Amino acid sequence: MNKKSPYKKIIASVLLLGIGVFIGKSFFGPKSVETVPIPSTMRYRNVGHTNDTTRVASSEEFNGKIIEVKNGSSIQNAVKESKPGDLIRVYPGTYTENVYIDKDNISLQGVVINGEWPTLDGKKEINDAFLYSGNGILIENFKIINYKGNGIMGQAGNNFIIRNNWIIDTGVYGIFPQYGKNGLVEHNVLSKIADAAIYVGMCDNVDVRHNEVFDNVAGIEIENSRHCLVENNYAHNNTGGLLAFVTPGLPIKTTFDVILRNNFVVNNNHENFGAPGSTVAGIPPGTGILIMAADDVIVENNIITGNNNTGITIVDLATGDPKANDPNSEGNPDRVVILDNIMFNNGNAPTGEIKAIMLAQMDSKGPDIFAYGGGTGSTIRDKNRYRTFGLDHYGTAQITDTKDVLTMMTPSPVPPRSVSKEELGELTYYGVCAGCHAFGTRLIGPPTDIIQAIHNGNPQGIVDYITAPKNLREGYPEMPPQDYLSDEAKMAVAEYILALKP
Amino acid sequence: MVISRDILKAILLLVIVVILAWAFFSGENPATYYPVPLLKSTCPPGFKLNKNNECIAKNLYNQYATTNKAGVGGLKSALPEIRDGFSPQQIDLGRYLFFDPALSVDQTISCATCHDPNKGLSDGLATSMGIDGQRLKRAAPSLYNVGYLKKLFWDGRATTLEEQMLEPLFSKEEMGNSPDNLLSTINGIENYRKLFAEAFPTRDGDQPILLHEITRSLTAFQSSLISLNSKYDQYAHGYDGALNKNEIEGLNIFRSFVARCAECHTPPLFTNQQFAVIGSPEPDGVPLDPGAEVTYKDKSLRGAFKVPSLRNIAQTAPYMHSGRFKTLRETVQFYTDGRGHAVPEGENLLIHWHIWEPNLTDYELDRLVDFLKTLTDESFKPKVPEVLPSGLHISS
Repeated sequence: MNKKSPYKKIIASVLLLGIGVFIGKSFFGPKSVETVPIPSTMRYRNVGHTNDTTRVASSEEFNGKIIEVKNGSSIQNAVKESKPGDLIRVYPGTYTENVYIDKDNISLQGVVINGEWPTLDGKKEINDAFLYSGNGILIENFKIINYKGNGIMGQAGNNFIIRNNWIIDTGVYGIFPQYGKNGLVEHNVLSKIADAAIYVGMCDNVDVRHNEVFDNVAGIEIENSRHCLVENNYAHNNTGGLLAFVTPGLPIKTTFDVILRNNFVVNNNHENFGAPGSTVAGIPPGTGILIMAADDVIVENNIITGNNNTGITIVDLATGDPKANDPNSEGNPDRVVILDNIMFNNGNAPTGEIKAIMLAQMDSKGPDIFAYGGGTGSTIRDKNRYRTFGLDHYGTAQITDTKDVLTMMTPSPVPPRSVSKEELGELTYYGVCAGCHAFGTRLIGPPTDIIQAIHNGNPQGIVDYITAPKNLREGYPEMPPQDYLSDEAKMAVAEYILALKP
Repeated sequence: MVISRDILKAILLLVIVVILAWAFFSGENPATYYPVPLLKSTCPPGFKLNKNNECIAKNLYNQYATTNKAGVGGLKSALPEIRDGFSPQQIDLGRYLFFDPALSVDQTISCATCHDPNKGLSDGLATSMGIDGQRLKRAAPSLYNVGYLKKLFWDGRATTLEEQMLEPLFSKEEMGNSPDNLLSTINGIENYRKLFAEAFPTRDGDQPILLHEITRSLTAFQSSLISLNSKYDQYAHGYDGALNKNEIEGLNIFRSFVARCAECHTPPLFTNQQFAVIGSPEPDGVPLDPGAEVTYKDKSLRGAFKVPSLRNIAQTAPYMHSGRFKTLRETVQFYTDGRGHAVPEGENLLIHWHIWEPNLTDYELDRLVDFLKTLTDESFKPKVPEVLPSGLHISS
């Protein structure tokens, strides 16, 4: 009697299985789209840790606001709304705009979903995708295409991070930090750039790591910059792969302390499509690494193959770059150090001057390493491995490797100049107010001592007044509002004025 | 007792009268005992007086860290080092000298003739005029922020203001003077003898005024000419509302790598203080100006000029070293008309690599002009003296 039908059992087990699968899917299945909404800010080696640890520390806790940008809205509007410390997350979609960031500590993070990237498309009408001038800017996970000037350009701005971006044909440069100190450019993929794909210009302490650059005129260029590490990059089919330059005529004159290490510099034979007159327009196709006038460059453990002109070219400015002279630029590459590199199959089809020089040597191939022009103190670890030209004066390298140098970035972020409240008040008073106000005498507005008497003990009174002056003191012109000053500066100057002594 | 009271009264009265008289007359004639200070003892705006009686530059750019000595970068970048530390008296004396035509040989023109505060400290001419209406070869640059510059003249042939000013003072085409004549003129003016004694308190009063005292005073004044409070600066310091939509678009074109203006006209001074061969045309019929080729005796610098600051640029038309362009619009147009398009035939100039073919649209050129106009700030315009120590009239 109580015998259950076997069908019921089967139905029950199927049901149970179904429920299990459902539960399993809901708990363990692929989640819809959420990624961790935290900016992956700059990380620093913990001071005190030894070199063999990979332990790092984030520069700061994230406690900003998260602003989301979805397809159809504007990234720039989010930047406008953002405050230092905020994170802007951009979802897949096409954004045709120029984004400029004139604030500090803003993170812009693309959210890639199912292979769909947030894409900035300049449609060959817009100049630059990202322009920033602030410190502590992070830009990651964007696809950037079809701009006329730059993919990402920084003008000043320390402590920058530019990574995981996919940049195609953005005009003159792909990623171009300029005048920045302490930055990281990593895991970007860049192609079809008419000058340098990654161009570190007039910067200090920058790491360029794990990037792929191809089909550009120049792959990675370190120019008038110091303390740079170019490591683990894959530079292929550019006109020139890796460059370390001094360009004359710039306000910052030197390039030194550059390590080019563990890179693949392969088949950089692309025809040169640089703009006439640009420095890179003179690079012969088939150039693996080019060192021009830069000092203290170390070339170590790279795989440099298949570059049809030369593997490594080392020249002075006079040879390499026919430009107007700069009386303050020193044009010789000094103390270049070539450590062990894998080099073969370079120089199969030399061009231009190198072809002529090699033919004069009864050689139809270009060398692995070619040095020409001035420069002193350069060394090489094992000259016999390579086919070389012009290295007769190179001594033997005094070092075997650079393994102690893990990064060129600074051990902690470059601090902003900290200005005390009193100092800010003083700068504002003398830098702005002093045009119209002076102690004990009338310039245009009332004397400072009169202002003191009116607002004695009440700095907020001054703040309110300068924000929206409503005067009407006979015989005095109306004061223009000083509402452009930050609240901090207004209070600082109000207190400074009240404390001022004759 | 009564008598003594009367005597006391009389003495009291006398004391009061004496005190009153002393109080009354003392206001009248301390000059017989102390020289009246004739020069300002306070610094011009933008400077703070320190304990050593030196004026030290103070402005909002001092809040930014210096990461490079050249003072170039982005919006919140520190300026290059300025020449400051002059006394208020030397600055004020320099102001009198600057406006005084007594400095020229025929007492007709002063420094301010070509650097007129009402014309952006320039003269509104394509190229300036010297004595006897002589036409000079180049345009007078604005003197705003000149204290920050490390090279002077269009071709950079002077490195200090003291060195620079000797040329206009003693050139036959400009002020036409000679050191001897200048010194005898200035020493012949009693007011100046007093003023120099005040501005240089350690000098021996009987010693004649020396040339280096004149050049130092003029340097002190010129270094005090500051313009750092434009609408652009308000934006740079963080106030978004300072620039309107068109002006911000202009800023972004200005600093983009298509137009590349900011590559040489680098904020915050809007010059990187380098030389550039841009191949801009001379006025019709004028041969090519070789520029810095002459300074450095270097052919590669043929046609090179120092990149000028763009601050107050809207106040200082016409433009370029010989004033070829009347308006800002014409000037920005030049940069998009093609690399070397205006180089005379037969010249082979090494045109700067940033001069290319950016193909800027008319809309973009208009926005650039909008932006350039935001660099105007004359809030610290120097005051023209009402009376000159020489008694001459202000000539500008």
